[in-house]
Amino acid sequence: MKLMGVINLDHELDQLKELTYFRAGAAVPFAGRYRLIDFALSNMMSAGVQDIALFVRRKYRSLLDHLGEGRPWDLDRKRGGLFVLPPDWNDPTDISSGDLQHMHNNRDFFDRSSGEYVVHAGSQHLSKVDFCDLAEQHKASGADVTVVYKHVDLLEPEHDACFRVDVDENGFVNGIHNEKGHHNLYIELFIMEKGLFMQQMEYCIAHGDSYFFRDAILRNPSGLKIAGYEYKGYHAVINSVESYYKNSLELLDQEKYKQLFSPEMPVHTKIKYEAPTKYLEGADVKNSLVANGCLIAGEVEGSVLFRGVKVEKGAKIINSIIMQKCVIEAGAIVENVIMDKDVQLSENRTLVGDSRKPYVIAKRSIL
Amino acid sequence: MKKKEMIAMLLAGGQGKRLKGLTKSLAKPAVYFGGTYRIIDFPLSNCTNSGIDTVGVLTQYEPLVLHSYIGVGSDWDMDRKNGGVFVLPPHEREDGSSWYRGTADAISRNLKFIDQYDPEHLLVLSGDHVYKMDYTKLLDYHKEKGADCTISVINVTLEEAPSFGMINTHEDLKIYEFDEKPKQPKSTLASMGVYIFKWDVLRKYLVEDIDTPDSESAHDFGKDIVPKMLADNLSLYAYPFQGYWRDVGTIPSLWEANMDLLNDAPELNLNDPNWRIYTRNPNEPAQYISPQAKLKNCMVNEGCSVYGEVDRSVLFYGVEVGEGSVITESVIMPEVKIGKNVRIHRAIVDQGKVIPDGTVIGADRGDDSEIILVNGDTPY
Repeated sequence: MKLMGVINLDHELDQLKELTYFRAGAAVPFAGRYRLIDFALSNMMSAGVQDIALFVRRKYRSLLDHLGEGRPWDLDRKRGGLFVLPPDWNDPTDISSGDLQHMHNNRDFFDRSSGEYVVHAGSQHLSKVDFCDLAEQHKASGADVTVVYKHVDLLEPEHDACFRVDVDENGFVNGIHNEKGHHNLYIELFIMEKGLFMQQMEYCIAHGDSYFFRDAILRNPSGLKIAGYEYKGYHAVINSVESYYKNSLELLDQEKYKQLFSPEMPVHTKIKYEAPTKYLEGADVKNSLVANGCLIAGEVEGSVLFRGVKVEKGAKIINSIIMQKCVIEAGAIVENVIMDKDVQLSENRTLVGDSRKPYVIAKRSIL
Repeated sequence: MKKKEMIAMLLAGGQGKRLKGLTKSLAKPAVYFGGTYRIIDFPLSNCTNSGIDTVGVLTQYEPLVLHSYIGVGSDWDMDRKNGGVFVLPPHEREDGSSWYRGTADAISRNLKFIDQYDPEHLLVLSGDHVYKMDYTKLLDYHKEKGADCTISVINVTLEEAPSFGMINTHEDLKIYEFDEKPKQPKSTLASMGVYIFKWDVLRKYLVEDIDTPDSESAHDFGKDIVPKMLADNLSLYAYPFQGYWRDVGTIPSLWEANMDLLNDAPELNLNDPNWRIYTRNPNEPAQYISPQAKLKNCMVNEGCSVYGEVDRSVLFYGVEVGEGSVITESVIMPEVKIGKNVRIHRAIVDQGKVIPDGTVIGADRGDDSEIILVNGDTPY
């Protein structure tokens, strides 16, 4: 069964404040050396998906820089591979709107691919769904569409925005809605046969719709048979500063870390050639995730350090996320802070946020 | 093929016998160094950083790891349309076949490869050393001197001299003698195994050497080619290199060079963004340091999880250090799993080794005790 992938960022809101002022949510750095998009791409890579379209509308500069021609995900292929498809559309007869614009204007991608099924994903839900297993279940069930959901016991504020899925005893979906108390979260992942996908797309466009998932699947005007696929592994939704902070620090829990970075489904990212991290005299690092290229002479606790961070003597970093190439000078104290790339914090400064509302420092600030 | 001013030939066929168990199924240039690198990353990265985009890598001993490691060379930016990196093992020819008989023979057997680029100069490198060097400066010097051959040299002590190929020069650094491992050294300038030759000059010597019977020639640069050039009064110069250079050909020297990296400001700076050392990235997640862990004066790579104590040590990728374990003055190669309450002192632990709970290796020994190699042959 050959799969093709769509990663659709069109309906994703960039609500990570300073972190998404100049980049799409999908390009936000995560877990010390990744960007959020890496997880969806790596899942597709693990399932052998070789034709992937990325629908982006705005703030995609850093995404383009990160993805390149897709080499880290083995997507630099002679046939197929990664297609980053920003909006440059010049079809005067185009009457489509919303994410259907991407689909209409990139019909060639669908037509040319030899994929039989379309796996449609976003970047805000981090998961380790096995797409091969999903495709097999989809085929076996005889459904037209299979949507993936996760049963979440404890609902968190970031789940408010998620669709919910009602599933009957046979695993078929009899309702998709937004009732906030409901525990079956739709994780923005569905699979559909390509021909049917294209047909539904045409139908939506013809009826002036603007949101494929909502208008073709949730409202289901064609009476599609929708199956539910329950996913039970690692899951996180990152759609706010608070959820970003919380889910980043939750990776310090080794159980979660091992689920997200299981060796069977490795996560790939753009390669940087940094030396291993050096712990110098005076380093005191506890309960933290640290990427390569760091030079640490100070104290770090309960934090995530990205590549190439410098922590000088006597500096203290507590419960914070420090991104690439930040410098925390001697004696400075950082607590409950998310520091974007290339920030320089000068000697003996103190920056303390609230544990419920971390303090976000914009890229390249000097403080 | 487009003409190139200079291309490089990298001698990577050596076994490195003195590294004992580490080179059992691995050529010496593929031996790990510095938490993430293999030795060959240094000359390859130096080439890339010096703008040399065509490199022939001469392999012979246990080449499997080396061949797959180099691949198409993309990690060193050497996947090029014109040039790039080429792995050149010995091959069969019309007039028979044999192994590379010596360093010079390895080059002689690949004249066709070099001739394709019609270079003016040939850079000959060894895959055995750890150093950062700008070869363009060496080439400038070579051209300025109008030399037929320039040998890069480094100052060593008189005590160290007998283990190197020593270069004896006049005051103007013109070489008059190449003294291979002398008992009574006359200078302190050791050859670094880095040569630039005028290609048309070297080519003649190689063509002559290839037909010289083995009884008269070891087909070696140091023993045969360079002495012959000197005897013919050619113009050979020494280029004094300043900087860190180490032959990591023995267990103690490999260990020591790793320890050198742990200084606060090491001589070999691996964090210089203008002179990156490129390597194949194992793509491991960020390292996890537990609440109980203690780390100082150490180098730790991605994919490690540390629950114990690590001091003055280098951990390669994917190493686990269990709770209550103490690792001191050691080099732990990739994917070694160290159980709980293990004590390791002054050791090199080879790739993939599993050290069971409670094992004690080399602890309670003095600070000058021998370095222990822990590999597949060791009982624990």
